[in-house]
Amino acid sequence: MAHPSTYQPRSGAEKWLDERLPVARLMHDQFMTFPTPRNLNYWWTFGGILTFILVAQIVTGVVLAMHYIPAEDRAFDSIEHIMRDVNWGWLLRYSHAVGASMFFLAAYIHTFRGLYYGSYKAPREVLWILGVLILLLMIATAFMGYSLPWGQMSFWAVTVITNLFSSLDAIVPGLGTTLVQWIWGGFAVGGPTLNRLYSLHYLFPFIIAGVVVLHIWALHVPGNNNPAGIEVKSPKETVPFHPYYSIKDGFALLMFLLLFGVFLFFAPNLLGHADNYIPANPLQTPPHIVPEWYFLPFYAILRAVPDKLLGVIALVSSIVVLFFVPWLDTSKVRSTSYRPVYRWFFWAFVVTCIALGYLGSQAPEGWYLFFGRVFTIYYFAFFLVVMPVVGKFERPRRLPGSITEAVLGHAEQPRSRKREAVA
Amino acid sequence: MTRHVFLNLLGTFLLGFAAPDHAVGQDGHAPEIARQSWSFAPPFGTFDNAQLQRGYQVYRDVCGQCHSMRLLSYRNLGEPGGPEFSAKAVEALAAKSQITDGPDDKGQMFQRPGRPSDRFRSPYANEQAARSANKGALPPDLSVMAKARAGGPDYIYALLTGYRDAPPDMNLAPGMYYNEAFPGHQIAMPPLLQDGAVAYTDGTEKTLDNYARDVSAFLMWAAEPKLEERHKVGMRVMIFLLVFAVIMYLAKRTVWAPLHKHRDTQSS
Ligand code: HEC
Ligand code: HEM
Repeated sequence: MAHPSTYQPRSGAEKWLDERLPVARLMHDQFMTFPTPRNLNYWWTFGGILTFILVAQIVTGVVLAMHYIPAEDRAFDSIEHIMRDVNWGWLLRYSHAVGASMFFLAAYIHTFRGLYYGSYKAPREVLWILGVLILLLMIATAFMGYSLPWGQMSFWAVTVITNLFSSLDAIVPGLGTTLVQWIWGGFAVGGPTLNRLYSLHYLFPFIIAGVVVLHIWALHVPGNNNPAGIEVKSPKETVPFHPYYSIKDGFALLMFLLLFGVFLFFAPNLLGHADNYIPANPLQTPPHIVPEWYFLPFYAILRAVPDKLLGVIALVSSIVVLFFVPWLDTSKVRSTSYRPVYRWFFWAFVVTCIALGYLGSQAPEGWYLFFGRVFTIYYFAFFLVVMPVVGKFERPRRLPGSITEAVLGHAEQPRSRKREAVA
Repeated sequence: MTRHVFLNLLGTFLLGFAAPDHAVGQDGHAPEIARQSWSFAPPFGTFDNAQLQRGYQVYRDVCGQCHSMRLLSYRNLGEPGGPEFSAKAVEALAAKSQITDGPDDKGQMFQRPGRPSDRFRSPYANEQAARSANKGALPPDLSVMAKARAGGPDYIYALLTGYRDAPPDMNLAPGMYYNEAFPGHQIAMPPLLQDGAVAYTDGTEKTLDNYARDVSAFLMWAAEPKLEERHKVGMRVMIFLLVFAVIMYLAKRTVWAPLHKHRDTQSS
């Protein structure tokens, strides 16, 4: 949010730097005094949590890379070497592996928060689009990272997912096959594939970090949305980011780390798949090829469609559709709390995503397949039918006149203004 | 065991699904694996050194005839958080195996007694030799076996105690054995563990049940040698985070109090 700079260089050196590269001024204005709506709830703490995990993933990843060997016949053993012989190697490796799960948990909560409170609506469309872009990059990064231990699940997940490109053969014969072999660097998934996946897995987090900077920039132009979904009307409705939100985000981060710790220290393999402790074997297909939990809803959508090419299109669309949400939703009201009809559809959508996650872990047969299809249809209908249509017909509840009213239950009285100035 | 139930519930609650079924047999149903109670169960569990030492004995005397453990070295047997054999005992255990070393100055490979720094000696020179000695079946490496099967040590215990007579309506392939825990129920590994098969010297009863339990615990340690350290560090980190979180919560309340007080006076 545009606000006058309050930065005061405190020493000659700071003044000198400020005239040449005002980086301290930028930090001060954007992260210390940045005016933030005073009514943000704990769902707004996940952005900070995500930033923390991104940094943690990069730090643990860089150190792991010092010990990891991206070769077909050595990758698996080098991971075990890290777990057994490298000082604190088990902590590094489990932090990074469990961290990926926690990253997705936080990103999904963060995204659902955006959906619920209509944070994608004008003027925050670009902010939202950058968020979806981050999600796509995260998916690619996690997929490539999962291949690196070169266990059975790594190998077969790479095989299944890269083979999806061969569905393009249905459009231009030979195109898909050529593309897949180009990706593999050979005629099958093998050493060259592992090497390039490793290279890109190292690269992508830095691209994510770059997009996160843009994401926060795009956040700081319009400023935060808030649970009431109405614009900030006066500076009194905001508080400086520090200390109010730095401390609230800090507390939330600690609570999140406690959850992280439960998995990391007491069940580090619970979220993974046992088969990935079997070294990759191209001659033996595991009975069930299952992706990590955070991909299961998308996997269910892929398998709900009987045709391979259409399945791949559905898979890609299930994420790409998010880019269009700012224009699909026709309601003027941001926060779902004030939308009596839409909220039912919203919660049905949340249930749908969880159900698709469960169905993705089961073999696509019988009732599982049937419900996979039902929920896939609702998944898309939510975006393509519910969002445009409900917004047109729904009569939203009365919005509070201001954030102050939303917080206090009534408009502010003159008497209290003085108090707040003191606070 | 309650811990597993708890974690599964936690998973279900947090992630919306239970850990998916992994070990699915040819008949499409995963055999039910009973939970055992282990000394190393989280959050406080530690390995029972004596049990791991017995487990190593079972591995060495029985399983080691067919299964390699290529990721382990003899020195690991003396490290903290494991069987914790004395340095002398580790040297003696290593020296019992003949290791192929070389080439020497004349370009010849030679045999010498093992040293603590050597990897466990593998029973077969290569996969083909292992298969040909086991009617075509490959005895898998056991280094991380306890993490490579759903159920982990519970599964290994169930497998070793799961040999039964085949039901009359089932046609076992020649050289195969019926096992309740194995997916598909036909396994190429013979039932080698019998009461009295391994000579325990610490007074522990020489029963199949004890052998299976001890070797399963040993394999869990082999797969997760830093488990004790992980639990110990984990407890400390959790306590630190908890205390830090309480302080942070109080600080947060203090910082926000003026704003909230303002709300209270307003609404009163
Ligand atoms: C005579 C050789 C032999 C001995 C001794 C032996 N095994 Fe095996 N084991 C095998 C073979 C062969 C297989 C592969 C079975 C198959 O795939 O049907 C196997 C498989 C296994 C498996 C994997 C089962 C699975 O889920 O795939 C485990 C675990 C195992 N053995 C543990 C042990 C333990 C513990 C001992 C010692 C008590 C032991 N084995 C002793 C030959 C042996
Ligand atoms: C690496 C991953 C990400 C990081 C580090 C990150 C970081 C942040 C931060 C620090 C904020 C401000 C605090 C907050 O509102 O929680 C924010 C806001 C936001 N993010 Fe993200 N984000 C990430 C991924 C995503 C994704 C995947 C989406 C959606 C597809 C998304 C959508 C949004 C939106 C809409 C806001 C504005 C919220 C509001 O003000 O109401 N972000 N993000």
